[in-house]
Order: sequence, then structure tokens, then C-alpha cells
Amino acid sequence: MDSNMKREIILDNYSHPYNRGTDNTEGYFKVNSNNESCIDNIDLYIKFKDDLIDDIKFDGEACAISTASTSIMIKNMIGKSIDEVLTYIKNFEAMLNEESYEDIDFNEAVVFDETYKQGNRKTCVTLPYTGIKKAIEGYKKSLD
Amino acid sequence: MNREDFPMLKQDIIYLDNGATTFKPNSVIDAINYYYKEISANAHRGDYDISYKVDIAYEGARKNVAEFINASREEVVFTSGATESLNMIVNGFFANILGLGDEVLLTLSEHASNVLPWFRLAKTNGINVKYIDLDSNLHVLMNNIKASITPNTKVISIAGITNVVGDERPIKEITKFAHENNIFVVVDGAQSVPHTKTDVKDLDCDFLAFSSHKMCGPTGVGVLYGKKELLENMEPVNLGGGMNESFDSVDEVYLKELPNRLEAGTPNIAGVIGFSAAIDYLKNIGMNNIKLHEIKLKKYLISKLKNIPHITIVNEECDSGIVAFNVDGVFAQDVAYYLNKYHICVRAGNHCAKILKNAIGVKNTVRVSLYFYNTEEELDKLVELLSDKDRIIREMI
Repeated sequence: MDSNMKREIILDNYSHPYNRGTDNTEGYFKVNSNNESCIDNIDLYIKFKDDLIDDIKFDGEACAISTASTSIMIKNMIGKSIDEVLTYIKNFEAMLNEESYEDIDFNEAVVFDETYKQGNRKTCVTLPYTGIKKAIEGYKKSLD
Repeated sequence: MNREDFPMLKQDIIYLDNGATTFKPNSVIDAINYYYKEISANAHRGDYDISYKVDIAYEGARKNVAEFINASREEVVFTSGATESLNMIVNGFFANILGLGDEVLLTLSEHASNVLPWFRLAKTNGINVKYIDLDSNLHVLMNNIKASITPNTKVISIAGITNVVGDERPIKEITKFAHENNIFVVVDGAQSVPHTKTDVKDLDCDFLAFSSHKMCGPTGVGVLYGKKELLENMEPVNLGGGMNESFDSVDEVYLKELPNRLEAGTPNIAGVIGFSAAIDYLKNIGMNNIKLHEIKLKKYLISKLKNIPHITIVNEECDSGIVAFNVDGVFAQDVAYYLNKYHICVRAGNHCAKILKNAIGVKNTVRVSLYFYNTEEELDKLVELLSDKDRIIREMI
């Protein structure tokens, strides 16, 4: 994907983020995710249905990259099983860290495949993933 | 001015984050090297020549700092920075005299270092933390201070200049009024001492805290100033070597005189020696010249930014070299990332004043903080990059 296309996808997700807003989030798992080194701060609302991610919404203030990454992540995660989500995150993070990863379908999230070139923006991309991992951990504990 | 003295300024960088830390001139770097290369021994152990030389340099630095703020040498305690100084003031002094219902007055624009130690004292000692109202420009007015005090008010603890909006507080007037009402005054000087002449006798403040690295000195060094009679009653937060006279048992511990009593352990000797060189450097330029240059630059920047319709300036009215603004519709962090692509260093965020959002309704800003080595040409470049909003949005990612 060329860089203009990537920029367009990021800006589109930033300007019109998917599932932003907290209407009807009763029964959702709420987690906060914020970056210590900057001012990104989002709340994720996640609805689990057995071992499936049924829905995700978000709210908060974050930079263009973080907001776009959250929007894209939400689109990609809804309907996936928890195991699929964890495999996805593991490979996605490996891609960000320039490590070897399985070639699974990241959809729009491939726009971040060169983020490693700008080290200071990696945490912007991973912000929502840190949140969803926290939520899955909490959900699993609640089932124990 | 004096740009040729700074190795960092030889890089292709426009550094506008001097509120966070400042660059160091060669004379400071040389002084640190001098310690490590030629007199690398401990202080206060003087059985041999190089240690004696360290004592002369270390205590000479103390005298230099004392003169710089018009204090006496035993009133100057070296710490790791303004944060440690403020924690010592709260935990070593006020924790022993404040109790249930006593009130400490802060403002909403204080730095975390001047908020969190008091919050803890609220938990441990039952004090109440209250806030002096700010006016619409976020300034502290005497009338608001007078309206805030009650018979329970024991301390006013505020910054001389704040790090977010750069307003200079009327410390001298505040201390006069506070002392008439038996209230202590603590000044967080982290943003004021580097930029303006500070005379503790004239201000009459009870305590003052500041950091070396925000005034061309090395990191890891700061100063706790306290009036001698108050420091005499300060409990050392740290105990150990260098601060005791002798000890035999739990009941037989004898501490040294001020200020060594409050400096346990081997201090940051290289840092203190470097700090002294920084003070020499600033004295040579002249604190008034530094202030005048910053205000001139600040006015210049504001006059330019005001012509850009998509920029909102948060603190147009202030008397220091700090300009906080936002680009309408663009997250502050994205503006900072965009400027970084052109090697311009600015800060985005809440600048450690996390409760200020309650006062200004704006959580995050882009902050430009100037020092004497900044130039109008640098600001022209900044203004040029900010003038095209489409370009900011196009290039921020």
C-alpha cells in the first residue's frame, strides 16, 4: 500500500471513527487506556458474549494515530473470538516491533506496518490494544 | 544571544521546550568534566589534596547559589531537584507541625510536585488542601488570596511563575500579607528562578525550591532554600553518612549543623559543580537581560500567532516566555508531532498541571517555552509551519 493511501485511511478513521460514543453501553466492560509519555486517553467499552467479542465502543481524547488505530481495531475485532483476538494482537505487535509474524489478515491495520520507523508513535498505535488486552484479562477473571 | 556557547544548538534543531529543561553551555559541561577528570574524589573527606579541592568547589558552589538568590550559605541545601526540595519541605517540615483541619492554599495551575506531596499530607495528617481562585487570565490576584484565607490557613504554596500559562505571581505582596496572618509561604521557583532575578530576602518567602537543569545546569541537582530558623526545625527526610556528627545507640545520635544535616549520602558533586558554572554563566548574561529578551520574543510570537485565524492562544496576557495555544480542531499532540518533522521541539499536553483543566476547560495545549538563546528567526519558522492548517492535517501523521 502506498503512503498516500495509508494516510487517507488513517485520516478517514480519525475524522469519522467507528463506534465512537458511549450510548447504550450498559453491561459493557469498561477499561481506560492512556499513554504515560503523552496525553492520549481513551475509554474502551467491550461487550463479551461467551467467548466472542460482541461489540466495542470507545470515547476519549487521543491523537490522530491513536484514534485511527482504535477505530480500525474495533472494526477488526467485533465478531472475533477471544482466542482469535489474542492471536491477532500478538502478530500485530510483532509487526510493529519488526519481529516475525504470521501473515494473518490485518485489514486496514496494515497502514501501521511501517510505524517502527517512527519509534515515538508506536505507543499511539498500540494504545487501544493495551486496553482490549486489559479488558479480556478482566473478563476472564470475572468468569473464574 | 550566546548561541555559540551551546553544543546542542549546532544541530538542526529549534528548541522551544525550555520549561521542560534547557541546553547546557560549554562552561557547564567543562566544569562537570573537570570534576570527573581532575578532582574525582568525595566531598567532606579531606585527608588528601583532591578531596580538599572537591570541598572547595562544592562549598564554593553553595556560596555561589546563596549569593545568586541573596541567601546565606547555611540556608542553601542541595537536593536532586525542585521535586525533592518540595517533598522535603512538606514531609520534613510541615508534616511535623500541621494537623487536622489546618488549611494549605494552592492554585489549580500548580505543577504535580507542588500538589501531590500536599495531597498525601491531607491523607496522613488530615489537612485540607484548598485552591485560590484564578481570574479569567488564570492569574493570582491579591484580592482572591485575601478572600481564600480563613483562621485555619497555615500555608500558601504556589509557583513563582507557572509552567503552563507562565503568569508571574506577586510573591512579595503575598508573603507580606501572609506573614501578617501567620501563614507560611512556600515558593516553587522551578520556572521563575531561571528566568527572573530572585532575592529571597526581598521576597521574604519562607521556602523556595528550584532545579538546576531548567537554568542551563545539569540534571539531578536542585536547591531547597529555607529561612535558617525554619531549616533548624526541619527533620531530615534521609539519614546516613555526611549528615551525622556521631552516633552510638538509638538515643545517642548527633547530627551536623545546617546545611549538611539535610544532605545525607554522597551528593551529586559533579552536578553541583556544574550548576555553579551555570549560575556564573547566567550572571554574566544578566538576569534582567534574560527576562527582557524572553518577553520581547514572546510579544513577537503572539503578534504573529494572532494573525493566524485557526490558532487560539490560551495565555496572551502573561509576563514570561511561555506561550500556550491550540490549533482549532487539531489535537495538541498531533501539532507537536507535525512540528517535530521539521525539528521543532514543543510540548503538548497538560504539562503536569493535571488539575488546571478544571480552571481553563481546555485539557491539553501546545506549549512554547522560550529562553535567552531563542531567536525571532526560529519563531518565524514556527509561525510559517503553523499558518497552513491543511498542511498540518496532511503532515501530522
